[in-house]
Amino acid sequence: MIFLTRKAEFSSAHYYWIDDWSEEENYRVFGKCANRNGHGHNYTVEVTVAGEVDPVSGFVVDLKQLKDILEREVISVYDHRHLNLEVPEFRSSIPTTENIAIAIWTRLKNKIPNARLHRVRVYEMPDLFADFYGEETGGEQA
Amino acid sequence: MKAYLSRRYHFSASHRLHSEAYDEVRNHEVYGKCNNPHGHGHNYTVEVTFSGKVDPLTGMVCNLADLDAFAKTNVVERFDQTNLNLLDCFANRVSTTENLSIEVYRIFAGFSAAHLERVHIEETSNNSFDYAG
Repeated sequence: MIFLTRKAEFSSAHYYWIDDWSEEENYRVFGKCANRNGHGHNYTVEVTVAGEVDPVSGFVVDLKQLKDILEREVISVYDHRHLNLEVPEFRSSIPTTENIAIAIWTRLKNKIPNARLHRVRVYEMPDLFADFYGEETGGEQA
Repeated sequence: MKAYLSRRYHFSASHRLHSEAYDEVRNHEVYGKCNNPHGHGHNYTVEVTFSGKVDPLTGMVCNLADLDAFAKTNVVERFDQTNLNLLDCFANRVSTTENLSIEVYRIFAGFSAAHLERVHIEETSNNSFDYAG
């Protein structure tokens, strides 16, 4: 089993806000991220796939193909967009780093031939990142 | 949905690797230039990973502002611009980054809003250490 990771970048705007909450409550929980004018980041996404090395090509997956899938499914939808206003999945969930990792996983799931999606890592900035491994349950402890 | 949130914090500190159990010659053999009696220093980076259920309302494993406040008080301000050897936690232990990782893990275990997975400390860009309990 080999793990292969492809990196890509996108730049987007977002804000954190829950409509059912008052402005005071939103600012108490989300701080300056609640500013409705939005703010932005240069995001980096790392997609890790797992698979066996093809004995003929020597590839787990064709990197060019993986790059094209990532571009088509994620980067072309997220890059230079306002995530809350222009990306469908964030009409019903806040574009936190955790939710972006889950959303990218959902977009890529079953789209990568000959390999299994292992991990999606999203860096909001170099000192903050979230990982999602497709675990739908667990983590109940808090 | 279970996700993992990682955050990196930075502090600078001095230390000297020296074991009371060894004599001067042995200390120098084991620790080399890290045994310099005057000490030396590093810019440390601590990468801590927490896991938990992503709150369906807030979209968060835990509130980052709470984690940052905890880390500032309990890790960064505790270690930054200090001599590690003079801290209580290294009174009876050598201030290697292995031991520092264990101490930082013990501290972050006190942050109760999510499950602590791992502490990763980079002593330099070439040396890093992981402790997961």
